[in-house]
Amino acid sequence: MNGDANTDAAKISLSVRDLIVSYGDKRALGPVTMEIAEKHVTALIGPSGCGKSTFLRSLNRMNDLVLGCRVEGDVRLDGQPIYGPGVDPVEVRRRVGMVFQKSNPFPKTIFDNVAYGLRIGGMRDRAEIAGRVERALERAALWNEVKERLGESAMGLSGGQQQRLCIARALAVEPEVLLMDEPASALDPIATAHIEELIHELARDYTVVIVTHNMQQAARVSDYTAFFYMGDMVEFASTDTIFTHPSQPRTEDYVTGRFG
Amino acid sequence: MRTREHTDQEFEQELRHLREQLLLMGSHVEGIISASLRALVERDSELAQRTIEADRVVDRLEIEIDGLCLQILARRQPVASDLRFVTMVLKAVTDLERMGDLGVNISERVLELNNETPLKPYVDLPRMADETQMMLREALDAFVAKDADRARRVIARDQIIDDLYAQIFRELLTYMMEESKNVYRATRLQSIAKYLERIADHATNLAELVVFMVKGSDIRHPDSRNEGDKN
Repeated sequence: MNGDANTDAAKISLSVRDLIVSYGDKRALGPVTMEIAEKHVTALIGPSGCGKSTFLRSLNRMNDLVLGCRVEGDVRLDGQPIYGPGVDPVEVRRRVGMVFQKSNPFPKTIFDNVAYGLRIGGMRDRAEIAGRVERALERAALWNEVKERLGESAMGLSGGQQQRLCIARALAVEPEVLLMDEPASALDPIATAHIEELIHELARDYTVVIVTHNMQQAARVSDYTAFFYMGDMVEFASTDTIFTHPSQPRTEDYVTGRFG
Repeated sequence: MRTREHTDQEFEQELRHLREQLLLMGSHVEGIISASLRALVERDSELAQRTIEADRVVDRLEIEIDGLCLQILARRQPVASDLRFVTMVLKAVTDLERMGDLGVNISERVLELNNETPLKPYVDLPRMADETQMMLREALDAFVAKDADRARRVIARDQIIDDLYAQIFRELLTYMMEESKNVYRATRLQSIAKYLERIADHATNLAELVVFMVKGSDIRHPDSRNEGDKN
């Protein structure tokens, strides 16, 4: 299935061509061809096991870490192949950051959590680190809530704050793309609203790709939506189209709750 | 349009109930239009009076259906064909309610006319009423069958009504020019023809809504769609 969501107007950030992901002998995804627009929000929806998280993880080579996982096809970030020979997967993951379903702050201070990626990246200048930490926390809409207690443990933050801390940690290394795997599924409605508002804000500076089980959330936060089913990308279109008049019957069945 | 049922049977039931209530409202409106015309032709003032009162049922259904739509929007957040269905019903009740009111207006004119001697035998008005009712019935059937082609044929029929109206208007004009004491009755009959023409317009609206519900494309105001591009 080709991904044609009229993303023509926007610049393309990630270009995926004939991507196939297999675990051992079993093909989990693809082939998928899709272009993801820069500085927009693209949502991936579909039932459990449809391949959407596998697809997301292949965008920053997180699948490399899964035993027996094989990736074929081509993924380009700003025109450069991320699976090419000599490409450092760590550098790919710096440019394509990721936030997970369960917030996973390190058992360190708030400051050290955000500074972590910078320090392992070799940054030593304290003032520079402090500036980057502040900017990342501001962009994650957390600065005002934590600026007085940067030295306290991150584990003392609420669930919603922890998730925004993880977003700040991903932003600190100045990525171009932010991948989010169900970033709000463990949060209450208020904290969820904070994260969704933040996603809107982030899309001004970053390309955001989000996996969500919550279809209303996809409808609220995204510009484009791709529907995955049984390892195929069934339909990729503007979010308005997917939720008002999708062209594929399987998409229609899924978004209206007529499945299985 | 999908015909498969929702996994959530309660939601399925709510949508079915909404569809049934809209059809019920439609059949009441049909009844009002046909009764008001029978009251005219048979000079039955009592029937005209009953028809005026029957509109209360239509008004009650409008409120009930509006409430059902809001409930479904708030609780189910329908999308895609379900969303188009619910928003279509929200608009359709307004058209049906107006048709009911126009049927009441016909009955009111009938009451006035029945106090006078008949101006002429009624031929074209009942024909126009039949055509109008047929449009309403076809629009509702197209809704039930989710048949966009059938709805488009209803839209095409509106021209017949417009032609009939022009013809009736010309004829009544000659009666009025002939004899000034015909004016009171002729203007009442002309009003009835106008009401029927308006009812047919609402039936056309319904048919356009059906096309939107089925196809997801808006076919109203075809000329205005590209206006923004021209500038």
